Amino acid sequence: MTTRIWVPCDSAALAVGADEVAAAIAAQALQRGLDILVVRNGTRGLLWLETLVEVETPEGRFGFGPVDAADVPALFDAAWSPDHPLALGLVEQIPYLARQQRLTFARVGIVAPDSLDDYLAHDGYRGLRNALAMAPAEIVAAVTASGLRGRGGAAFPTGIKWNTVLKAPGSEKYIVCNADEGDSGTFADRIIMESDPFVLVEGMTIAGLAVGATRGYVYVRSEYPHAIARLEAAIALARRHGYLGVDVLGSGRAFELEVRKGAGAYICGEETALLESVEGKRGIVRAKPPLPALAGLFGKPTVINNVLSLATVPIILDKGAAYYQDYGMGRSRGTLPVQLAGNIKQGGLIELAFGATLREILYDYGGGSASGRPIKAVQVGGPLGAYLPESQWDTPLDYEAFAALWAVLGHGGIVVHDDRADMAKLARYAMEFCAIESCGKCTPCRIGSTRGVEVIDKIRASSQPPQLTQHIVLLRDLCDTMLNGSLCAMGGMTPYPVLSALNHFPQDFGQADTSKHAA
Amino acid sequence: MSSATASPVSTAAAKAAAPSATALTTIDAILADLFARLGNRQDQLLPVLHGLQDSAGYIPPERVPEIAQHFNLSRAEVHGVITFYHYFRSEPPPRCVIQLCRAEACQSMGADGLLEHAERALGCSLHGRSADGTFGLEPVYCLGQCASAPALTINEAVFARVTPARFDALVADIANVDNNSREAV
Repeated sequence: MTTRIWVPCDSAALAVGADEVAAAIAAQALQRGLDILVVRNGTRGLLWLETLVEVETPEGRFGFGPVDAADVPALFDAAWSPDHPLALGLVEQIPYLARQQRLTFARVGIVAPDSLDDYLAHDGYRGLRNALAMAPAEIVAAVTASGLRGRGGAAFPTGIKWNTVLKAPGSEKYIVCNADEGDSGTFADRIIMESDPFVLVEGMTIAGLAVGATRGYVYVRSEYPHAIARLEAAIALARRHGYLGVDVLGSGRAFELEVRKGAGAYICGEETALLESVEGKRGIVRAKPPLPALAGLFGKPTVINNVLSLATVPIILDKGAAYYQDYGMGRSRGTLPVQLAGNIKQGGLIELAFGATLREILYDYGGGSASGRPIKAVQVGGPLGAYLPESQWDTPLDYEAFAALWAVLGHGGIVVHDDRADMAKLARYAMEFCAIESCGKCTPCRIGSTRGVEVIDKIRASSQPPQLTQHIVLLRDLCDTMLNGSLCAMGGMTPYPVLSALNHFPQDFGQADTSKHAA
Repeated sequence: MSSATASPVSTAAAKAAAPSATALTTIDAILADLFARLGNRQDQLLPVLHGLQDSAGYIPPERVPEIAQHFNLSRAEVHGVITFYHYFRSEPPPRCVIQLCRAEACQSMGADGLLEHAERALGCSLHGRSADGTFGLEPVYCLGQCASAPALTINEAVFARVTPARFDALVADIANVDNNSREAV
């Protein structure tokens, strides 16, 4: 009988040699005359264990990791024994995975991303079938009732956005997926696209039915060539089997989908800059109003959502709004795919109901820093998110709880820094990044970021208290201008990492440490 | 080094650095094909630029007027788009483009030290090229490998958990491939 062995093909696995592992397994099987089929699945999201190889057993899929190609002959010699030093036990029972609530990521790592059959066998396209039997307003009502909020960072209720587009007059409407995942510390969108691309295709199709759009675009950053290839293959397969096209599953309703590749501009993750880019222009931010929901792509009503928001829609339509709504706390409903990264022992993707604390994530899941040194600061929500000191790690993962701390939960990306981190240097980097990536339309962002780098350089170079104090006053003043005067979040939120670093770690800016617990 | 004895790192690096099958088509033919397939609506400008760079390696500035005319745009508009996006190149790339992630997660795992090492090893600074012109060192801001930092790409193949020693192995491997192909000629 053929034994299946799974080797991930997600780029996180490829980046540490998964292709070589797969080739070594195939070669060893051939040499030893064993009947083995190597299946390329997506990643389980236990990224410190990549390449995580899974072997089919009567009890379930048994894991080994991290496997290097050089380990493969010995693994065969040991007949993939549970006593091998790389043995991890049944993958589904690894506590890191077993304790998660995987809704959006239910299939991720289990299925082969290039197989529509696999997708269908694991509840795929059930949401679309339900949606086809519903009126557009009913679909929108279900998404609204689920409590789903935009997972891209701004956390705007998805159903309310869809309702605006549904009600907007116009015969032509669009669905745009923001897959320009440029924030350091985030990779959930990438994992969805590389490990379960059909769920995004299905979610966008449902969105099209809900608001009356017949065309969708996925804007993927150029840094993600694997994701682009996976997505294009999935779209082609879906089209061939009638899940996309002029007559979706014989319903008489049309939906077409196209991938557009970005070109290395961080600002195109801002929704209006993204629309400009799809239109073939420089990615310059638009002033709002008008809202994209009313005048978006090519001036038409447009739903623009993040990958995770759209990829969560199928399960809501499959299992019902109440099922999804039951997870979470307060006004943050459902689950958040936390991305744990940076200086952490066990980094990866952790999908959990809202409400877990940062400390649980950092220690119970993450196992502390990778370096073994004390953790000093964590940045949550990407390069425009605040740095949180230890005094704030008992905060629950909840949009409102973070807002109350003058921080942002954003898309749930967490980057960990150990005690060697120089917070003034990281604050400088935040300003420098803004200067490199600003679209240049508004002055506070374009000029402010460059001035910010200069002022922080002066702070880091000066040891004289009167001068130092003057520069810090200037930096705060500059941040105030950027916060209140910028057109979009790029300039408007760069002060978050800068001021949180300054407020919580004044000693790194040459100041006395008097305000350790001030927010 | 033959491929049979190559370590996993080596084969991956060799694959990343292998010169792509040189298309004999001229830029004229590439552009004609792209224009015919993609049409002239402005939203096809980025796909055309991508197609050209994918085939030719860069976007020759002397082709800007032709592209502008096709889309009925001004040369300034097309130039503006090309220069706005970091990804587009206006000159031929070196044989091996190494992009080091400079973002926070990689910084927390020693990206600054890796950059210093890379600069020493290649004898050039960020945005520069090695003396023999083989390697170009460029920054990139996030490759989505933040839990396996630090990360880099070599001609779009991504490598994570890169230590200075692994960096040296990847670079040496590419140099070996080059030596072998020279010997073959």
